[in-house]
Amino acid sequence: MSDSVAPLGTETFVGIAEIKPLGLQGLIAVRGDLQTQFLGDAIKQVMNIAIPGVRGVVFTGNDGVGWISPDELLLFCDHEKVAARVDELRELLGDRHTLVLTVSDERVIFSVSGVRSREVMAKLCPVDFSPTEFTSGMIRRTRMAQIAATIWLSKHDTFEIIVMRSVAQYAFDLLRVAASEGSEVDLW
Amino acid sequence: MNKRVLQFGRLLDQSRTVSFSFNGKKLVGHPGDTLASALLANDQHLVGRSFKYHRPRGIVAAGPEEPNALFGLNRGARFEPNQLGTTTELFEGLEACSQNHWPSLECDFGEVNSLLSRFLPAGFYYKTFIHPRAFWKHVYEPLIRRSAGLGRPPSEPDSDTYEYLYLFIDILVIGGGIAGLQAAKSAAQAGARVLVIEQSPHWGGRTVVDATTAADTIGDLSAEQYVNQILNELRNMPNVALRNRTMGAAVYDHGYVLAYERCTDHDPVAAGPRHRLWRIRAAQVICATGAIERPMTFAGNDIPGVMLASAVRDYLVNYAVMVGHHTVVMTNNDDAYVTAILLKKAGAASVRVLDTRAQHESDLKTATEALSIPVSHGRAIARVMGRKRVKSVKICDVSGTGGIIEEIPADIVAMSGGWSPTLHLWSHCGGKAEWDFRQAMLRPKADCPPVGADGRGFVRCAGAANGELDLQDCLNQATETGSRAASDIGLNVAEVEVPVAPRRSETAIQPVWQLPAHADHDLQAKSWIDFQNDVKVTDIQLAVREGFESVEHTKRYTTLGMATDQGKLSNINGLAVLSGSLNQSIDATGTTTFRPPYTPISMGAIAGEARANLFQPVRCTPMHQWHQDHGAVWEPVGQWRRPFTYQQKNESVDEAVVREIKNTRENLGLLDASTLGKLIVKGPDAARFLDMLYTNMMSSLPVGRCRYGLMCSENGFLMDDGVVVRLSEDSFLCHTTTGGADHVHRHMEEWLQTEWWDWQVYVANITEQYAQIGVVGPNARKVLQKLGGMTLAADELPFMAWQDGELGGFRARVYRISFSGELSYEIAVPAGQGLSLWSTLIEAGEEFGIMPYGTEALHVMRAEKGFIMIGDETDGTVTPQDLNLNWAISKKKKDYIGKRAQQRDYMVHADRWRLVGLESLDGSVLPEGAYMVEDGRNALGQENMIGRVTSTYYSPTLGKGIAMGLVRHGPDRMGDVLLVADLEGGHRKARIVNPIFYDREHTKQNV
Repeated sequence: MSDSVAPLGTETFVGIAEIKPLGLQGLIAVRGDLQTQFLGDAIKQVMNIAIPGVRGVVFTGNDGVGWISPDELLLFCDHEKVAARVDELRELLGDRHTLVLTVSDERVIFSVSGVRSREVMAKLCPVDFSPTEFTSGMIRRTRMAQIAATIWLSKHDTFEIIVMRSVAQYAFDLLRVAASEGSEVDLW
Repeated sequence: MNKRVLQFGRLLDQSRTVSFSFNGKKLVGHPGDTLASALLANDQHLVGRSFKYHRPRGIVAAGPEEPNALFGLNRGARFEPNQLGTTTELFEGLEACSQNHWPSLECDFGEVNSLLSRFLPAGFYYKTFIHPRAFWKHVYEPLIRRSAGLGRPPSEPDSDTYEYLYLFIDILVIGGGIAGLQAAKSAAQAGARVLVIEQSPHWGGRTVVDATTAADTIGDLSAEQYVNQILNELRNMPNVALRNRTMGAAVYDHGYVLAYERCTDHDPVAAGPRHRLWRIRAAQVICATGAIERPMTFAGNDIPGVMLASAVRDYLVNYAVMVGHHTVVMTNNDDAYVTAILLKKAGAASVRVLDTRAQHESDLKTATEALSIPVSHGRAIARVMGRKRVKSVKICDVSGTGGIIEEIPADIVAMSGGWSPTLHLWSHCGGKAEWDFRQAMLRPKADCPPVGADGRGFVRCAGAANGELDLQDCLNQATETGSRAASDIGLNVAEVEVPVAPRRSETAIQPVWQLPAHADHDLQAKSWIDFQNDVKVTDIQLAVREGFESVEHTKRYTTLGMATDQGKLSNINGLAVLSGSLNQSIDATGTTTFRPPYTPISMGAIAGEARANLFQPVRCTPMHQWHQDHGAVWEPVGQWRRPFTYQQKNESVDEAVVREIKNTRENLGLLDASTLGKLIVKGPDAARFLDMLYTNMMSSLPVGRCRYGLMCSENGFLMDDGVVVRLSEDSFLCHTTTGGADHVHRHMEEWLQTEWWDWQVYVANITEQYAQIGVVGPNARKVLQKLGGMTLAADELPFMAWQDGELGGFRARVYRISFSGELSYEIAVPAGQGLSLWSTLIEAGEEFGIMPYGTEALHVMRAEKGFIMIGDETDGTVTPQDLNLNWAISKKKKDYIGKRAQQRDYMVHADRWRLVGLESLDGSVLPEGAYMVEDGRNALGQENMIGRVTSTYYSPTLGKGIAMGLVRHGPDRMGDVLLVADLEGGHRKARIVNPIFYDREHTKQNV
């Protein structure tokens, strides 16, 4: 079987922060009432992670569960494991009113790292990125300049950002400009 | 001539020099200078010509309120007009040129306007519209166009970069003067996250300049020492950030504040963005924006050398510039005495104070007289003499009509008409102001602040911005303001110690708005209110005489306060003169509205990063680079780029399109259809939901099959179309148009969330998860079968069916649908495999004559088949019935979105324009969008229109032009010949025909 290819190569950019396209990431979108026992059980069984609270994200190894809305989750796992996970989830959820979809290929992930990473993000997204307000374990869906983005901290000074695949180049260019030399804000 | 005074210049490094040029002349300043201070140090007072009368104008102020000192700065890709000399920091190599003069600053032809000023009074511009009627177009407009405007626009693209910064903060303090720092300290001590921004490069504001004597202390420290101490305290607090060169530009609802940081204006060779626009959400805003000194209104008050008294001492104390040696201080308040004292201490040859007030005693007056500076009471300036520079001053009695008592030589007039709190930011979002009769100033009305969503105020003014001109009052009130702001956001406020400042005995200001009080018309006609827009006392009086009594009307009629300085110096004086003319008090007249930004900010900062390749996101399909490498001529479709055609060597675009169509009809074409919207609709109520969304029945669609569907708005008009696929009993895939994906997704969510919230349906947009490739043409099945895997035999995968399976090593979903009329498959694979599948098909299809085709070939082929295109045949006013699509409108369904609207009498009227095919009699291509006309003319004298061309192409398949159009009674008029109006004013003849031009029986797609 043919393998998927991420839209950007491995080129990274280093300015006041390091911008890196991260390649393939397995992503599964789940719609359903997050309050229901059966959904929590199914997620727990497949991901071994409990559904996080509002705007929370939990990672164990390469597996992760992110809260997107009161009726939506985003699951993270290795790209090649997605098909099996989707099948397993659909099986467990059966006839219940839920929706489980593979969305790995429609999105791309970047990392923004370094001590200035918060500044770079704050140039593009209307979100409070101050160290006390934006902390590990949080996931935010927001706007990054003119596109939608989902953002969390993977390490204390490394953000990961999901954007739609078609705008991968725009997002990369955007992040590079925001991280360009000499544009330090010296705020945090 | 060097005007520097060595013992002054607290902001200056006089040990080093900086070279710059003004109108090509090489000049020298020092690090720390502003452009204005450096020009004044070189005795360059004349800096520009006024807007209307081209009068010589000099530097009046030392801050952002300056009306005259506007320059074109730098050159080429860095040229920028209308830059304020008073806020431009000097840097090595700065090039400045003056504006609004011809041929030169010194000798300006436009000055003739000044002689004609009695013919150019307030409202002359509006009067030119009226009579004589013909004059506007041929005389006034060409003249006004040529003389209007100050700076010239840049001719090259801006070479600098700009950016935004989003910040969330508890308390934003705007203004880094003594009040702002004091307020920040008390707020920060309560634990609030505080940001203090200051427009200038320096902290401390006016206090440091105005503390003239050893007695002017704060606690045990000098003003400057106190500022440094509080700055250090703030810098050591982890919850405080300080930012200079950052101006509070605007305050909007919900504590949204724009701040404008000038990062590298003072150091253009430095890396990084030139400006940064801070988009701040603050829970509380403290405006510590200080106050602006008012000019006084007397004849000749616009002559270069007439300056604000505070500016005269700013230039001296901060920049070591003695702006002149013979100064007349004209005042109605105590404050200007500070200027006299400082000038004398700096060694000015002569200083004379004219005070409008009667004999009085105050500390500053005593200090002035102790330095042997003569003070005259009850005196006013009748007229300033001089043209490009003050030469002398004629003095009169303040209460008279201007009879000259004496004339004294002078090169500077330092005027002070009192202080106006800088209310702009307080007012932007609705804060009200009230007239303070004691201090003769408009000050914030504390109980009418701008309010947030909770109905509570979120802006406070501190210090001079609140009208606290006394230093101790200022410190007390600022400290309390900081505490209150902290308390308002729920913090526990500790007692904050307020330092003690000595109080001066003071004599109250005398509000006089015209010098002398009974100046005759001749003097009033030379008494300027608005320097930049050339508004005089007589202009305001004329406006009143002509009935423009409302302050907003007077402003617009006279253009008072409408220049780039937005009337920072002129508004209160204008209001006062207006009130005087109306015989009412200033508070009865009211004020005009303060609007953002506080001072102009750069267009670059507003655009931020959104320029060039980042102007808008460009959406690319997985095969984008392949298209680019194979001659794609791009067409924007929404934010997507799609290949219009693939141009080969030695081929025009038209030829490429013809080749692609012929090849697809005869051999095999390949289309990147990835951009088409793909929405998953799933749930127990999914079928019922789609029955409501589409005009036709979707619940009856069997699993494994596809159906073309139409979607209407609630007004019954066709909105989108596409192929709906039934994936399983409870799930569907809805294809939308490329531009419609997001809109249709929103449309579905809106109905689900607002009307049918109890229906169990989930919708997901998975447009980008799949690359979708159209394999089209007589050889389509052959190439797919060559890949191996799914068999795709005609009986296994009939027309309008779909299958999941494996195809040449790809896990694929194959839809047998056709938009071209040919045998056609659309193959969907995960986006990451799209390019691989595309390349595999190109390679495998070589023996079958495969060629990619673009959107234009797609359009022509669908038109040959009579298929409609959303956006061509529809424009938001067209129903499916207009397009003869009744077959796709269910008669059985009780309801669908748009059904009721489609039953209204207008929507079923026989006269509606309906779809037909059109063929020009001579085989030519009809003009796009052209109207069909018939005999007679309508009420506007236009030819009567009976229809319009909606799609028109050259059909290579048929070898002639074909078109579709909407025509009144069209389908009933088959064979009729109509007149089609062309752009040249002529008519062409076209025959109404069946809109299906090619393969009317649809046999080719069904093989």
